[in-house]
Amino acid sequence: MNIIVCAKQVVDVSEMKIDSATKKPILQGVPQKISDIDKNAMEEAIKIKEKHGGKITVLTVGPANAKERIKELLAMGADEGLLVTAPENIDYHMTATLLAEAIKKIGGYNIILCGEASIDMFSGQIGPRLAANLKIPQITYAQSVTAEKDKITADRNMGEQMIITESTYPVLVTVTKEINVPRLPSLMQILASANKPINEITADSLTKNLNPLVQTIDLKGVSMERKNVVYKDDIDESVKQLVNNLAKEGVLRG
Amino acid sequence: MVILLDFTLTNEKKLFQKTVREFCEKEIKPIASKIDKEEYFPTDLYKKMGKMGLMGMTVPQKYGGAGIDRISYMIALEEISRVCGSTGITVEAHNSLGLGHIYEKGTEKQRKKYLPTLTSGRAIAAWALTEPNAGSDASATQTTAVLDGNEWVINGTKQFITSGDIADVTTVMAMTDKSKGAKGISAFIVEKDTPGFKVGQLEDKLGLRGSHTAELVFDNCRIPKENLLGELGMGFVGAMNILDRGRTAIGAMSVGIARGAFEDALEYAKQRQQFGKPIGKNQAIQWMLADMATEIDAARLLVYRAAYLEDQNVRFTKEASMAKLFASEIAMRTTVKAIQIYGGNGYMREYPLERYYRDIKLCTIGEGTSEVQRMIIARQLGL
Ligand SMILES: Cc1cc2nc3c(=O)[nH]c(=O)nc-3n(C[C@H](O)[C@H](O)[C@H](O)COP(=O)(O)OP(=O)(O)OC[C@H]3O[C@@H](n4cnc5c(N)ncnc54)[C@H](O)[C@@H]3O)c2cc1C
Repeated sequence: MNIIVCAKQVVDVSEMKIDSATKKPILQGVPQKISDIDKNAMEEAIKIKEKHGGKITVLTVGPANAKERIKELLAMGADEGLLVTAPENIDYHMTATLLAEAIKKIGGYNIILCGEASIDMFSGQIGPRLAANLKIPQITYAQSVTAEKDKITADRNMGEQMIITESTYPVLVTVTKEINVPRLPSLMQILASANKPINEITADSLTKNLNPLVQTIDLKGVSMERKNVVYKDDIDESVKQLVNNLAKEGVLRG
Repeated sequence: MVILLDFTLTNEKKLFQKTVREFCEKEIKPIASKIDKEEYFPTDLYKKMGKMGLMGMTVPQKYGGAGIDRISYMIALEEISRVCGSTGITVEAHNSLGLGHIYEKGTEKQRKKYLPTLTSGRAIAAWALTEPNAGSDASATQTTAVLDGNEWVINGTKQFITSGDIADVTTVMAMTDKSKGAKGISAFIVEKDTPGFKVGQLEDKLGLRGSHTAELVFDNCRIPKENLLGELGMGFVGAMNILDRGRTAIGAMSVGIARGAFEDALEYAKQRQQFGKPIGKNQAIQWMLADMATEIDAARLLVYRAAYLEDQNVRFTKEASMAKLFASEIAMRTTVKAIQIYGGNGYMREYPLERYYRDIKLCTIGEGTSEVQRMIIARQLGL
């Protein structure tokens, strides 16, 4: 079973601060990491490989320093990495096109695994766009998967309901974070990952004249203001008031 | 380009650090309070740590170890001790002393026999030098080993032995030729359940309460002749080499505990409001935190320097003692200040601050007291 895991390097949003004057996120010095849900995709790939054998390739479109993040996934259990170096701030269309072109180059795959969305932008577009570009079936929001020799079955988490979906290979599956708990590599695996190959190609070498369809005009942090309402009178009375006010603001619904 | 000094960790070491930190946050931190309060020894945790490579860190992979360098080992010990001192000392004594002695001084046969189970975390190693009458002056060893046919017969008592009661394998220093003094001390491997080997008193301690500390009693304990570890009469010298390595590690453990206390105090100083503002807005609190941060960084650099020299296979006795002395002493100060910043809450067992404070004290005593470290440093200075 040959598996391609698409993984994105993102800023560690938990370490990001917002400039209080301009409301712009301060990105300088914020550590980078693999988008959390992509690690779930990686874990699932390892599980499938443990069952069926095969090879796992990690594919990243990102800046040159994303190589270090790919190493993390090699330590977890991927066999090799491919980094498509591209300018930062490319849009979903460009990323999905580059991923598709790179995957055509890799070839010979059965499953492509992606996170349902990346934790920085959370658009959830890349998986479906990629499947469309490659003209292969897709299963999104998989909360559990069972890979068999000639088909894959997945429980799709649709919020209110669960949809069980089946597909033959090749297939693209996007996973939710509930699907598993990503393993930590051992110190031995980290050492060994130094000998696993990471190939690097430029976006230009895959396709020319790729232009964004979406333009990011500005990026601003969301600030939450507290109302600072204190209820300090009679406790029964206060509870009643609190419930009333929450209902009025639509936080509580009858 | 020649680089004289480089203070950045390599990407590989950063990944080690991040991985061990995540492991500690997930597997150790949630049970650290239980380990302390209930003197709980989490056997499963050590198996998990074995799988991670944490139970044979610097031992080559052919014996089941992780085969990482000494600096990476220090990074891991700092992370473990940051969340739990008891686990820190258990891992340190196992890696640096028990396992370390067998790997450094053992024959190929002894290495193959003992290291794989120890590095897997399924078995723990202990190391017994200290006796009731031989503490700082370890050469005053009274435990004896006499060769009788194909067996050594050991008699005597060891005290304060970390993991002594739970260890599967213990390295024991014993006098084989009293007339030669320290040169008459040899090291031996004693397996658990050997007839004549008993666990005596279990110590009730100030801190590191999740780490077991035991008295070991040898009463005509017979072990095979081939369990001599290293050369006859070289046990004391060997033990001193092992302690040099251990000292750097106690330095790393101290930095870890200090960092745990510092990080909590820093966070608290930002959150806790008095007089209408965070207490961290007061210069008195700021200076405490600034000193703590500075001292922790300085201590870590001393630890890394000693570990770097170990990796280069050059003499590091002085640097290891400096690292241990400085790191353990500043960590004492740090944990006291951290409690001060927490105020009354710092005194309460609900928070980990008082645990750091109790745990760190051992680091100025074990593997040579601060006075002994100064003695070693002075000797290295030619005094
Ligand atoms: C929790 C714990 C775990 C331990 N684990 C182990 C272990 O796994 N294996 C092991 O072998 N040992 C272990 N030890 C023992 C430890 O190494 C000794 O306690 C330590 O070396 C000090 O020896 P002592 O307790 O006999 O103190 P002493 O040597 O009696 O010292 C008492 C005081 O006198 C001072 N002093 C002694 N000599 C001098 C001098 N020449 N100049 C100035 N001052 C001096 C000391 O610094 C100290 O302040 C452990 C101890 C503890 C507390």
